[in-house]
Amino acid sequence: MSYLEYNVKHVPTGLRKVLHLNWALLLLITAVAGVGFLMLYSVAGGSFRPWAEPQMKRYALGVFVMLFVAMVPIWFWRSISGFAYLVTLVLLVLVEVMGSVGMGAQRWIDLGFMRLQPSELMKITLVMSLAAYYDWLPTEKTSKPLWVLIPVLLIIIPTMLVLRQPDLGTSILLLTGGAIVMFLAGVHWGYFAAVISMVVGLVVAVFQSRGTDWQLLKNYQYRRIDTFLDPSSDPLGAGYHITQSKIALGSGGWTGRGFMQGTQSRLNFLPEKHTDFIFTTLAEEFGYVGAVSLLSLYALIVVFCIASAISNKDRYSSLLILGIAGAFFLFFAVNMSMVMGLAPVVGVPLPLVSYGGSAMLVLMVGFGLVQSAHVHRPR
Amino acid sequence: MRAKSPTEVTEVHGRLSRRALLLGGTMLAFMTGLGFRMRHLQLDQADQYRLLAEENRINIRLIPPARGEIFDRNGIVLARNEPSYRVTLVPEDAGDVDAVIDKLATLVELDPNELDRAVTEMRRSPPFLPVTIADRVSWDELSRVAVNTPSLPGITPEVGLSRYYPLRGDLAHVLGYVGPVSDYDLSKIDNPDQLLRIPRFQIGKVGLEGRMEDDLRGVAGTKRVEVNAVGRIMRELDRREGEQGDDIQLTIDQSLQSYAQARLGEESAAAVVMDCETGDLLAVASAPTFDPNLFVEGISVADYGELTGDDHRPLAAKSVQGTYPPGSTFKMITALAALEEGIIGFDDTVYCPGHMEISNRRFHCWKRGGHGQMNLVQALRESCDVYFYDIALQVGIDKMSEVAARFGIGEKFDLPLSGVARGLNPSREWKNSVRGEDWVVGDTANASIGQGFVLASPLQLAVMTARLATGKAVPPRLVKSINGVEQPIAEAPPLDISPTHLAEVQRGMYAVSNHRRGTAYSKRIIADEYRMAGKTGTSQVRNITAAERARGVTRNEDLPWNRRDHGLFVNYAPFDNPKIAVAVVVEHGSGSKAATPIGRDITLQALYGGTPPLSAYPTKDRNSIEKQQEELEKLVPGREITRRNRA
Repeated sequence: MSYLEYNVKHVPTGLRKVLHLNWALLLLITAVAGVGFLMLYSVAGGSFRPWAEPQMKRYALGVFVMLFVAMVPIWFWRSISGFAYLVTLVLLVLVEVMGSVGMGAQRWIDLGFMRLQPSELMKITLVMSLAAYYDWLPTEKTSKPLWVLIPVLLIIIPTMLVLRQPDLGTSILLLTGGAIVMFLAGVHWGYFAAVISMVVGLVVAVFQSRGTDWQLLKNYQYRRIDTFLDPSSDPLGAGYHITQSKIALGSGGWTGRGFMQGTQSRLNFLPEKHTDFIFTTLAEEFGYVGAVSLLSLYALIVVFCIASAISNKDRYSSLLILGIAGAFFLFFAVNMSMVMGLAPVVGVPLPLVSYGGSAMLVLMVGFGLVQSAHVHRPR
Repeated sequence: MRAKSPTEVTEVHGRLSRRALLLGGTMLAFMTGLGFRMRHLQLDQADQYRLLAEENRINIRLIPPARGEIFDRNGIVLARNEPSYRVTLVPEDAGDVDAVIDKLATLVELDPNELDRAVTEMRRSPPFLPVTIADRVSWDELSRVAVNTPSLPGITPEVGLSRYYPLRGDLAHVLGYVGPVSDYDLSKIDNPDQLLRIPRFQIGKVGLEGRMEDDLRGVAGTKRVEVNAVGRIMRELDRREGEQGDDIQLTIDQSLQSYAQARLGEESAAAVVMDCETGDLLAVASAPTFDPNLFVEGISVADYGELTGDDHRPLAAKSVQGTYPPGSTFKMITALAALEEGIIGFDDTVYCPGHMEISNRRFHCWKRGGHGQMNLVQALRESCDVYFYDIALQVGIDKMSEVAARFGIGEKFDLPLSGVARGLNPSREWKNSVRGEDWVVGDTANASIGQGFVLASPLQLAVMTARLATGKAVPPRLVKSINGVEQPIAEAPPLDISPTHLAEVQRGMYAVSNHRRGTAYSKRIIADEYRMAGKTGTSQVRNITAAERARGVTRNEDLPWNRRDHGLFVNYAPFDNPKIAVAVVVEHGSGSKAATPIGRDITLQALYGGTPPLSAYPTKDRNSIEKQQEELEKLVPGREITRRNRA
């Protein structure tokens, strides 16, 4: 579709755009981020330092970035989708080649003022490029094998690069996120059935390859899987995360121990209490009520995005919104499954709540795109 | 690119919407699933997990009780607890252990031996257990460590209580010592107190500390503390105080004890001073001695080797554990056996030609030339062996053994000390059952002068002397009070010895010290109110062989130290009104002359309650005694001793 096909006359211009933002969505996002500040304040033992204060600054920056992205017309973003994907891919290769080594995994490029994680960025640009691809592709070709292969490659290449870093969590997110966009675009059911059988095959291969020369995963990833399957086997070693996390969750009860009264996190029994496992602190201190409330906030964000996508007649916008919503869903679904002992500990943070700059900014860019699509929707 | 028709757009968008709703439905279903999982964990299993969280968080720690203190009869502290500062390291928290130790070394003087021990301990124990790196550090050093803890990961300055014996060696053999609990200690106890699991907890090992461990230890308190994941204590939740150990007051008189110890000096010797009436042990000295403080934190191999390698056996409590042939100090028993049996009268005499033929063997008197005609008092006074051979052969071993038992020979006294010796009061049955031989008259002759099989500890000799002085079966007593509760003085039953017989033997003992021909006359007391009665003794370790005699060895002093005779002296004083009984044994002292002056000096010190006036001594001794008193006053501790603070 060309620029002219949008009914430009009805699209708000200038500062009037601000009035047309999806304010409910912004409010929900802020509420979730607020929960994050509260928990970071709590796990620091009732202090804004070292986590809550930087997180708030980052969120403020994030809101600014989101508004900026939202103000730029959606057709501009569509036009640079392919380019953004390519740039991100190059960056991914770059971290592979010359990225700084940290924590046993090469994941970022040091830009001086911040550490850029291309894999985080890829979550957005992959969705953008797929949305743009299916917007461009005539619908009758959607399920043709050749035209299916192209998006599959678009997904697989960055996924493999991320997996090599190695970052299992993000690669799962990329793979599933990409698949969601393809599903929404209307690719035939059969392909998904094929892919699912392939995944099952891959899982079998992963387990079969263990201990051989062509072992597909790192040993620590295998150990994580083992611990996931039987956390009690090593309660002080590899299973420690999950065991302690479940203890924290479980000891919360209905209404929890009260703000800043969580013994598991305050006494450092919880590992990564300010990042991947922050949900457990919430569940411990605010109980079932608190945990379900956060889950509901997330659900509302997803619901608002879906509603916004369905009401948007522009195909690129719809796909983009749904893709970002899907990625967002995967984020918290994987994280929560992880801390509840339903999924292996793969290192996925809780979106908007966990402490961390790169993930927060990328999410805000994503929501900026959702807002831009909302503001500039055809009327 | 062709334009799409509106219907086509609607149709395509419709499919997208359907799939979007399907996806949304799946997502919501998943989230509902998460909600149920949360419900399961947080509500259904809440109690179980809350319990686990509490277990995580709360640790029960023991509060070691303060060990009971030990005082002398006048309330002078003999064993107390001192704050002891030490530095511990948890290898796990330290990370680079060597770097931390290097840094610590700039703040605290580290003993290389201690460090070696710590490194070995670290290798053996799990990395989260603390290991003592520096013990007994000064307050200044501890403060320096405390200030620097942020830069010393894994290092904790700790304050504990440690045993301290202010008298050092002066009462070491009675008090014994405490030391860190060893695996061996634990293996001996069926159901060990949890306290003993505390690393380096101090437990009584030997002596009073060991025997009265149950009274002294006290009961542990507990505190519940909140700990974090690495086990660091965050705060105390509640505490239940334990009970401190019972304080024990001994019958020992510290100043007399210290004097006795100093007077024995470096001789291999023992001395026991006992109150004749109550049986209170006023001094129980054994020399040479050792510093029990060395053992408190675990003794070093070098120090221990030095103590065990010494041929004077400083670790042995000779006063209660050592047994010696009593020699001539046994002659009162032989005399009383004969008197009670009616075999001799006071004025019956025996002719001493210097030897006696018994079953074809010649038994010598110590005086080769012989004593001539001797009655009982004279025979005791001059210690004539032949007189006692003669009466012993008439009375026989059975009666002698029976009388000896009444005086405590061969009796194991119930004192809270390690290895209290039974000694040996020989009899026909004993020789038959233990040695499988019949008793022969030669054995009786030997026993009559306290040689042969007879063995007695200095403690038994002191008890014997007290009984001779009072005619009552006085038992020894060491513990005066426990936790302020006075221990009863046992009723001393009469010995059932005719008072006239006892008086005659006492006259003989008086003559030993006060008659011109008495064997202890030169070391007598001339203060009239404190005249003493005593008996010297020399017990042979071996005979001088014919070959040695041929080489010209006739004097005991010419033999190597460990073959010389033991010297013994027992006495009580004052003669008219016996207050104290004293027994002194000097191992390899070449005869009684080594023991007699020690017995006399200790007696005077006890009776005067301090340094006696020179006028109590015979004129010709006064110069040397004056010098000796000056020397000893330097050795006896004074300043450091603290009196018990009665609240």
